[in-house]
Amino acid sequence: MSRKVCVIGIGHTDFNSMTPDIQWKEIMYEACKKAYVDAGIDVRKDVNSFITCAEDYWEGFSIFDEFVPDQVGALLRPCCTVCGDGLFGLANAYMQIKTGHLDVVAVEAHSKISDLLTFGDIVLHAFDPLFERPVSGPVERPKYGGSPEYTSEAPKPLIGGSDEKERIHPYFLAGLEMQHFLKTTGTTEEQCAAVVVKNKKNAFFNPYSDYEAQISIEDVMKSEYLFKPVKRLDISPNVDGAVCFVLADDKTTKNLDIEPIYLAGFGYCSETPWLSTRGMDAGYATKAAKMAYKMAKITEPRKQIDVAEVDDRFSFKELQHLEALGLAKPGEAKQLIEDGTLEINGSLPTNTSGGCLGVGNCFEATGMQKALEIVTQLRGHAGKRQVTDAEIGLAQAWRGIPSGSGAVAIFKRG
Amino acid sequence: MKEVAVIGAGMTLFRRHLLETGKELSFLATKMAMEDAGLEKDDIDMVVMGSAPDAFDGIHMKGENLIDGSAAVGKPYVRVFNGGGTGVFAPIAGWWHVASGVADICLVVCEEKMGNCYPHPQTAFRHIWDPILDRPLTPNLLWLFAMEMNRYMTVYGVKKEDIALVSVKNKRNAVDHPCAQLADPNITVEDVLNSEIMAWPVNRLDVSPPSDGAAALIFCNKDIVHKFTDDPIYVAGTGWSIDSTMWTNRDLSFPRYLAQAAKMAYKMARIQNPRKEIDFAEPYDPFSYKELHHLEGLLLCKKGEAPILTREGVTQRDGDFPVCPSGGLLGVGNPIAATMGQKVCELYWQLKGVAGKRQIPGDPRIGVANAWGDIMQMGTVILLKRG
Amino acid sequence: MVKKKEYKEWPPYAPGTYVRESDIREKKITYTWWEPEVQYSWSLGPAMSKFLQGLKAGKIYGIHCKRCKRVIVPPRMFCEYCFGPTEEWVELKDTGIIETFSISYLDPDARRIEEPILVGVISIDGASPQHGFMHYFGEMTKDDIKIGMKVKAVWKPENEREGSITDIIYFKPLNGGED
Repeated sequence: MSRKVCVIGIGHTDFNSMTPDIQWKEIMYEACKKAYVDAGIDVRKDVNSFITCAEDYWEGFSIFDEFVPDQVGALLRPCCTVCGDGLFGLANAYMQIKTGHLDVVAVEAHSKISDLLTFGDIVLHAFDPLFERPVSGPVERPKYGGSPEYTSEAPKPLIGGSDEKERIHPYFLAGLEMQHFLKTTGTTEEQCAAVVVKNKKNAFFNPYSDYEAQISIEDVMKSEYLFKPVKRLDISPNVDGAVCFVLADDKTTKNLDIEPIYLAGFGYCSETPWLSTRGMDAGYATKAAKMAYKMAKITEPRKQIDVAEVDDRFSFKELQHLEALGLAKPGEAKQLIEDGTLEINGSLPTNTSGGCLGVGNCFEATGMQKALEIVTQLRGHAGKRQVTDAEIGLAQAWRGIPSGSGAVAIFKRG
Repeated sequence: MKEVAVIGAGMTLFRRHLLETGKELSFLATKMAMEDAGLEKDDIDMVVMGSAPDAFDGIHMKGENLIDGSAAVGKPYVRVFNGGGTGVFAPIAGWWHVASGVADICLVVCEEKMGNCYPHPQTAFRHIWDPILDRPLTPNLLWLFAMEMNRYMTVYGVKKEDIALVSVKNKRNAVDHPCAQLADPNITVEDVLNSEIMAWPVNRLDVSPPSDGAAALIFCNKDIVHKFTDDPIYVAGTGWSIDSTMWTNRDLSFPRYLAQAAKMAYKMARIQNPRKEIDFAEPYDPFSYKELHHLEGLLLCKKGEAPILTREGVTQRDGDFPVCPSGGLLGVGNPIAATMGQKVCELYWQLKGVAGKRQIPGDPRIGVANAWGDIMQMGTVILLKRG
Repeated sequence: MVKKKEYKEWPPYAPGTYVRESDIREKKITYTWWEPEVQYSWSLGPAMSKFLQGLKAGKIYGIHCKRCKRVIVPPRMFCEYCFGPTEEWVELKDTGIIETFSISYLDPDARRIEEPILVGVISIDGASPQHGFMHYFGEMTKDDIKIGMKVKAVWKPENEREGSITDIIYFKPLNGGED
């Protein structure tokens, strides 16, 4: 049984730093409804299974799965939650379709991170409680002094007020990793800053991005060090938004008379959770890419991939991921950012949507936002940021600090 | 579609508090399953983790923390989560990893460390309620199940004595399970009815306790199962379905979401008369009335008929249709996702004929297990069959 | 692959080390402690906002789904059955019927109490059948309460209402002749 899996519908909301006018249910409903309209299907009749990608602590519920079915159209239908990035959800939807028992699967991921007031402490809550968390500070709760920490602002290096009960913001790990990356590859901070400039500039052509800006390398270099060598403008700010994809097998796609965009391959991988023994070379991306390339029958990624969306929640991560994915040789990424290869009209356009730096960090929806851009490019609907003749695209996401897990998805035009 | 076989299963002790960390419990269960199958870490292609609320362990993104204990370092690893339904849903996810042809061998691990939450896991349960409609009323989780039990009893005229028989049966069955937390060979219906009332109509001995524990299962592709065993146990069918978040807008007397999930699974397994074609069942029994509620939801008897079957002894281990021969959650313990151990692993052990003193007589060929989760919404069903 | 372990009975042993609550309290085992700072502020959205504003004004609002022909409470911006948007707010009565209840001897913190708390689900008059929400019951004993009983909301005084489900204190029995 060699079914193929296609993307038949995509939908998304606008991405905004704060969304005080709508509830999490409504943001999910909007993205899902748009995807079903795009696919031209009746969700209550045609969709066989639903997957949402969410983590309890981002949402503020002990079992987020409870609050999912109504707004995605899954009432009395198979529905589940994958605790991972949207690309993990797409991978599982692919597998569900390939079993032959389910034909149409909807995958939804969203970020409503502005509802969370104590962001730094929650990220710290993901560290191992026995060996890694206590390094950051005292076991008693830090006092927030009453006013909420707006997550769209830059993270403060110390969580809590100015009394002794402070904790170190977990983003210090990004500082450690960037230090390692700069040293081993010879990349400079200016070259990382060039990633910020490119992505924020690309975001101007993206109608739904929230952090577009016309800035220069000097502007980035002048922004203050928060987790040296990571500076304020090296960090992508948090954003709210939702994305929904509808996947179907190729026969259903043909019956619906939709031009197929194939999910040709995927891969995901988790490295050890122990921070002290994990390498800092994004090994998860290398292994995930290997699995994805094999499935999609890609033998020369740099030549065959026309457009890439890689995780750039910290500026250096874009360069690190390009090398880990085999799209650049070790140490080569710094050259590619300087010689224009990664620009929209270059030979390997990267993060044409603006990436996390331009759109915003949308947590579990990051992979879906990247997949959204790739599918938009392959459909030819990317307007001013359109890459000419894009046939094969790659979307990659990482699960963020402190994890060593990531996923890759490869899309091909039919 | 590839047919999928189960080739190994394992579980740990279940107790209110275990010394081991979540990683260590995952490791112990995985090790046992790998011993059963004769596998090493490198033989496993992909791993699925099932684990319920992060708030119990006290670790955000706790799936990431458990990677090393689940033999998943450097492998594709994903965590699925359906609240209480995870115990049967994680194996379903493992099934689709192999049935899709993407993995040849998939390990499924379920882990729970409810004991970490201080002062009591109940505190984590405060946050399952809707923040606007329910949480301001500061409800206790037991109220929810008491309301469902009351509705079930009223609509079908079920007496507490009949429901208490379930606790008696399961806690006595659990005496023969090495991992059991609350086995009691001498418990009677009077003991259950006289135990303290928590939220009427729920008494203390009607409820299963929070527990620490872990369980593991290994699935493999039919094409290679001959390397592991001559007598394979296959996944015959899977089904899952979820009902509305708005639980106050639903009739709680019948779990329609479970009936949907069961129909999906029976269709896949080509079963038309469940009661006749299935030999035994492991329905989810965190409360005594839930076993009855789920037997009806699984379409194994008519609505309101389950208490009669229980009263007549049909659901005993040596009865016509054994139900919860493992001892269920009431007897063995309730570490939410790790209940896979006494539900799906038990189906496997019974079908293989290695359940020891728990073994049901005769020659069982097909068994069904279900789990129930979220806010009385999620039904997950799996059927295993021999050969 | 390695050689399988051939046990006759499964599970062959129960790995794991049992520790008692008292071992933890008396610090006989080593453990570590952490207090996370977890705060959220969920945006309510238009449906919930209107519902809570209604409660502040002493009214219960539902919303109408034209396709499914049902009046829904608690209200939502979309109908989960037909997946379409809902329209038209409907002011409902503040009376209803008890759909189910529990008599709890545990308070919200799971401590034992002498006088039980009565709690349950009330379907609101004016909405479609079995549409309502959870709340407390008062002015009745545990022997009076039954499924199908007619009840009426008891509101907090107007100046104490905040726009929360607790603006209703509890539901009391509806005696004949009352509105």
